[in-house]
Amino acid sequence: MDLTTILALIVSSTLVYSAPLIFTSLGGVYSENSGIVNIGLEGIMTMGAFSAIVFNLTFASTFGKATPWLGALVGGIVGLVFSLLHAVATINFHADHIISGTVLNLMAPPLAVFLVKAIYEKGQTENITANFGYFSFPGLANIPVIGNIFFKNTSLPAYVAIVLAILLSFILYKTRFGLRLRSAGENPQAADTMGVNVYKMRYAGVLISGFLGGIGGAVFAEAISGNFSVSTIVGQGFMALAAVIFGKWNPIGAMLSSLFFGFAQSLSIIGNQLPVISKIPAVYMQIAPYVITIIVLVAFLGKSVAPAADGVNYIKAK
Amino acid sequence: MDEQQNVIEMANIVKDFNGFKANNGINLELKKGEILALLGENGAGKSTLMSILSGLLEPTSGEILVRGKKVNIKNPTVAKNLGIGMVHQHFMLAHSFTVLENIILGHEPTNGPLLNFKKAREEVLALSKKYGLSVNPDAKISDITIAQQQKVEILKVLYRGANILIFDEPTAVLTPQEITEFIQILKGLAKEGKSIILITHKLEEIKAVADRVIVIRAGKSVGYFKVANVSDEKLAELMVGRHVEMTLHKQPIQLGPEILQVKELKVKENRGNLAVKGLSFDIHGGEIVGIAGIDGNGQDELVEALTGLRHVESGQVKIKSKDMTNQSPRKITHLGVSSIPADRQKYGLILQLPIAENLVLKNYYHSPFSKHGIINFDKIHQHAKKLIKQFDIRTTNENLAAGELSGGNQQKVIIARELNLNSDLIIAFQPTRGLDVGAIEYIHKQLLHERNNGKAILLVSYELDEIMQLSDKILVLHDGQLAGKVKPKTTNETELGLLMTGVKKERA
Repeated sequence: MDLTTILALIVSSTLVYSAPLIFTSLGGVYSENSGIVNIGLEGIMTMGAFSAIVFNLTFASTFGKATPWLGALVGGIVGLVFSLLHAVATINFHADHIISGTVLNLMAPPLAVFLVKAIYEKGQTENITANFGYFSFPGLANIPVIGNIFFKNTSLPAYVAIVLAILLSFILYKTRFGLRLRSAGENPQAADTMGVNVYKMRYAGVLISGFLGGIGGAVFAEAISGNFSVSTIVGQGFMALAAVIFGKWNPIGAMLSSLFFGFAQSLSIIGNQLPVISKIPAVYMQIAPYVITIIVLVAFLGKSVAPAADGVNYIKAK
Repeated sequence: MDEQQNVIEMANIVKDFNGFKANNGINLELKKGEILALLGENGAGKSTLMSILSGLLEPTSGEILVRGKKVNIKNPTVAKNLGIGMVHQHFMLAHSFTVLENIILGHEPTNGPLLNFKKAREEVLALSKKYGLSVNPDAKISDITIAQQQKVEILKVLYRGANILIFDEPTAVLTPQEITEFIQILKGLAKEGKSIILITHKLEEIKAVADRVIVIRAGKSVGYFKVANVSDEKLAELMVGRHVEMTLHKQPIQLGPEILQVKELKVKENRGNLAVKGLSFDIHGGEIVGIAGIDGNGQDELVEALTGLRHVESGQVKIKSKDMTNQSPRKITHLGVSSIPADRQKYGLILQLPIAENLVLKNYYHSPFSKHGIINFDKIHQHAKKLIKQFDIRTTNENLAAGELSGGNQQKVIIARELNLNSDLIIAFQPTRGLDVGAIEYIHKQLLHERNNGKAILLVSYELDEIMQLSDKILVLHDGQLAGKVKPKTTNETELGLLMTGVKKERA
């Protein structure tokens, strides 16, 4: 294998594995900047993955090539509806954010598997036929070397996610909505006295995280696993959460961290095709992403500064 | 507009909270360009009145006229549209935001979908120039001083077009030099035609800045004066409802044996940096040693180290000639140390427990309150009844939860518990924080009484008045070190202020 082929393999598989993490961690960034800690991302991803697969299996013949994209949208909408539970519990009923998020995580897998059994009368679904597959950018793919590495047979959802990260960063730091959302996570009392509707901003944060988390789960299912079972989403939501922290609660930072975690995950898949790394026993490569997540969290959790009122309930005085 | 026109008239304001009349017929008039002081004890109804004016509460009855027109201020937006703005006592700022972001929040100028920072910066700079509120619009709030944060708060209100400004206890957090600057700012605002209501309980500030003063007691306006025509004593008396001694009569000092000796003390704060950097001093029986300084210069760590709540890195704490460095709080208490903590609700009391149990928190485990590990509640209740009477704690009975008492009475519970231990050393940290004149007078008298009985007292306070009035010796703390050692009789607030900010260094 020549160097270009090796790089192309690493880049494309990194992008494939990063895409779900980028979408989900961007959601996490919005939720936490509004002041709501969302550890329920894992559960939201599960619901997104489940609903996207069901949609895909049902409508692949109707929508053809557009099916995985519509499936991602359906996953996002289901994720949004599912995250409403977290929003109502934390914002209206002032529940502890960790407990409420844990409820989502505990509830999603059994609920999804139960529905799979009810619909398909077995524990996991068939494989989908209309998956995201690989995409080559017309024109760009023909650029020598660079085209091969970055634009040929690559993951289109990852590129969408990267563009979305830039857009969301812009919205968060340069628009009125972004400023108000961050104010709800920094000092809700101050925001309230300045005429900002804190509850509305926090709802926006949580629902955006539900939508993007659902898309993240859908992208994982339709690009990587290809079907849905109880073990489809195992830790990706927590990895996205780690990317939020590693990325300092910033959309661009979360996107870059997700690329890093995606790279770690992809190594275990493509490691046997790479020189040197193929000699490392597979089991080490498989646990690597999780070990790296733990190390990153331990090393950076203390240092990076969360929004000041992240995880703090706001109770309006009356 | 006529200079003498009333911009605000509040007539016969009554606010009834389920039968409790927080405001019971208050009248207030504010003229254009004047500074009106609102003086009253805690719970007198000042805050309720201002909440009504800023739209947070609706009055039960009464009339409000703004610029001669009858208005119904039913929410803060109405107040804002009438040009009424409030600068809160506890700043409402997002610390990771820039000054500019904080000011424009809620009223952001936009350029299409984007925030228009350029326009905002121009407007804010114009305002800060006009009113002498210099502050860097691009600095983060966490990087600027408290005094600058206050300027940001004022700019916030001005940015929203307010011409009636309410200040709630604005100088509580400022150093003497900053207070002087703040008073200039207030005068500048008034000169530009802004009308100002100043809520305060500091008489000297009223003298320095206000044109007129309204005294409020028990929900009623009891006096209305031109500041130039009224004495401090008269104001204090009206506010409290009885004669108040403004100056304490101190007996000459009767120095006893050395009680506390601190040598080269070094203590770290939570993040692991040194907060107390080699402090040495001693206190004898019969004297009050005051520690002056701005909040956050090592006071918390010093007091916690002395009471056994925080690890001492190096150095020595000797109490009654015994080495008590890094001993447990219980051992330190046993040896004869009483402590009045700065945060009475967090460290001084267990708010959910009844007064009686709070009164024995430091000695419930030995006779007569317990025997063989079993508590004798009869004794605890008798003890509580005795102390409630002796220390004049205003409560219906000793079974009331401490959290239901007013601030002043909560503090009396702590004072009663600590002084009843009959310790040789009393550490009083901000003993009158947030209390009104009557309660302050009471606590000061108690501390002086203990001093006259030969007790050693360490008084740590951010209130210079308190330090100056009570102390026999003043140590000024700056950045964890002794910046100066002065006598109250031969110093003044200006000198203390300079020492506190580290501008002037002096070793005595």
